Amino acid sequence: MTDLRQHADEIHEQFSDTLDVGVDEIHSRLETLVSEYRVPIDEARRSVVSTYLEEADMDREALAGGASQSASVADVDAPEEWLDLTVKVVDLWEPGADSIAQVGLLGDETGTIKFTKWAKSDLPSLEEGSVYRLENVVTDKYEGRFSVKLNSSTTIEAIDTDIEVGDDSTELEGALVDIQSGSGLIKRCPEEDCTRVLQNGRCSEHGDVEGEFDLRIKGVLDDGNGIHEVIFDQESTEELTGITLEEAQEMAMDALDTEVVVEEMRGLVLGQYYRVAGPTLGRYVLADEIERLDGPTETESVLIKARSI
Amino acid sequence: MSASTSASVPTREVARRAFAAEFNDATYTFKESDDDRAPVYSLLPTGERANRVFVVGTLTETEDVGDDSEYWRGRIVDPTGTFFAYAGQYQPEATSVLRETETPAYVAVVGKPRSYETDEGDINVSLRPESITVVDEATRNRWVVETADRTLDRIEAFETADEYAAMAETQYDPDLSIYRDQVIAALEDLEDDAEVAAEA
Repeated sequence: MTDLRQHADEIHEQFSDTLDVGVDEIHSRLETLVSEYRVPIDEARRSVVSTYLEEADMDREALAGGASQSASVADVDAPEEWLDLTVKVVDLWEPGADSIAQVGLLGDETGTIKFTKWAKSDLPSLEEGSVYRLENVVTDKYEGRFSVKLNSSTTIEAIDTDIEVGDDSTELEGALVDIQSGSGLIKRCPEEDCTRVLQNGRCSEHGDVEGEFDLRIKGVLDDGNGIHEVIFDQESTEELTGITLEEAQEMAMDALDTEVVVEEMRGLVLGQYYRVAGPTLGRYVLADEIERLDGPTETESVLIKARSI
Repeated sequence: MSASTSASVPTREVARRAFAAEFNDATYTFKESDDDRAPVYSLLPTGERANRVFVVGTLTETEDVGDDSEYWRGRIVDPTGTFFAYAGQYQPEATSVLRETETPAYVAVVGKPRSYETDEGDINVSLRPESITVVDEATRNRWVVETADRTLDRIEAFETADEYAAMAETQYDPDLSIYRDQVIAALEDLEDDAEVAAEA
């Protein structure tokens, strides 16, 4: 079978449910483009598929694959690619709209990626912690982050195995040179699913509310060559400073001022060296792991470097 | 962090690492635009611009040198020389640390280089702290090695003459071997300390 014939077969397969079109016709269209008009085969195939999509009044999204290929999560580096993934459902989130059946996080050895499953696709339910072979998912990109979408052409097959999901966390090292405003003892909006940080007792969405106390530090790590902004959540902040949420509330109560907490924290952590690791959230790295760095370990090698100049 | 998100956020100036001897030689300052709010940079003789530095050393002496209001001067010593830090009413946190810290103590300072001309016409370089915190010896030693490493990186890159190396060449015509020798002395000092500690 020639390459052209194979492509024709695959296209025929994709439209077999919707159009009454023969393999020969597809083949001849491809051949015209490739042989006569010197169009590269990928482009020729795309063009022929477009023609039939129009004829069938279908979206490209609704098209059954055939062109998808097995990939790892870390391979996803472009939108609108059709892939097959073998992944574990790491996390399921609350869908934000009725059009979404399920949304959450998938992972394999190479990392994690967000997925969306449309309600109209009418696919079986994915369960958290289970591993699936997903054929024919399509990649998407939004605000610089990739995701995959499950659609009506996607096949889902549960696999009885487990995957050690790789972490795609960033590791940073440097001196903590600044603590940004909005750090220390803060109050968050108590409305369900809101958690916005209050400014003067007001939530930008819900107005005046009785806030709930929380601890966090938005800090800057600087290694002399570049800076990285880091967020420490309550747990990390407690670990970093040794001040618990309860103690912070007592300090604020005694002083009648929440600012005393962040002032105390500045004295404890500014100018110290840390190594932190965690996922990236926008411009921040979320510090899940923290290590306070002790004395130097590179003295000998830097001395050798100095003497060699 | 993708380029698209970081581009929309105003970039924070990196805190450069330089020993006191080099810092005090950085007498040439410049701006990169005519905007009043454009950052002022000090030019390090090893060929880097510095709008902010991070230093760790021994606070050996503090003194209120102000006339009407408090104006504190701290001497912060590293293996090559002394940083002079000045803090007044606009740096209340740093001022209170200088007022209250018992010397000697290891301190970490994040601050901005400032230069001024003396009555004799010399240019003095000092440090205006954004923060001063008391730290331990391990942190101080880590800074010495890190600063040694960053200084060597600048010396090594000097030959490739990027913008700031070229500027330093013009402004200072520096003898880089002096800075290299200071790095070696600082590191040897640390190694000796470590040996003494190991024998004790």
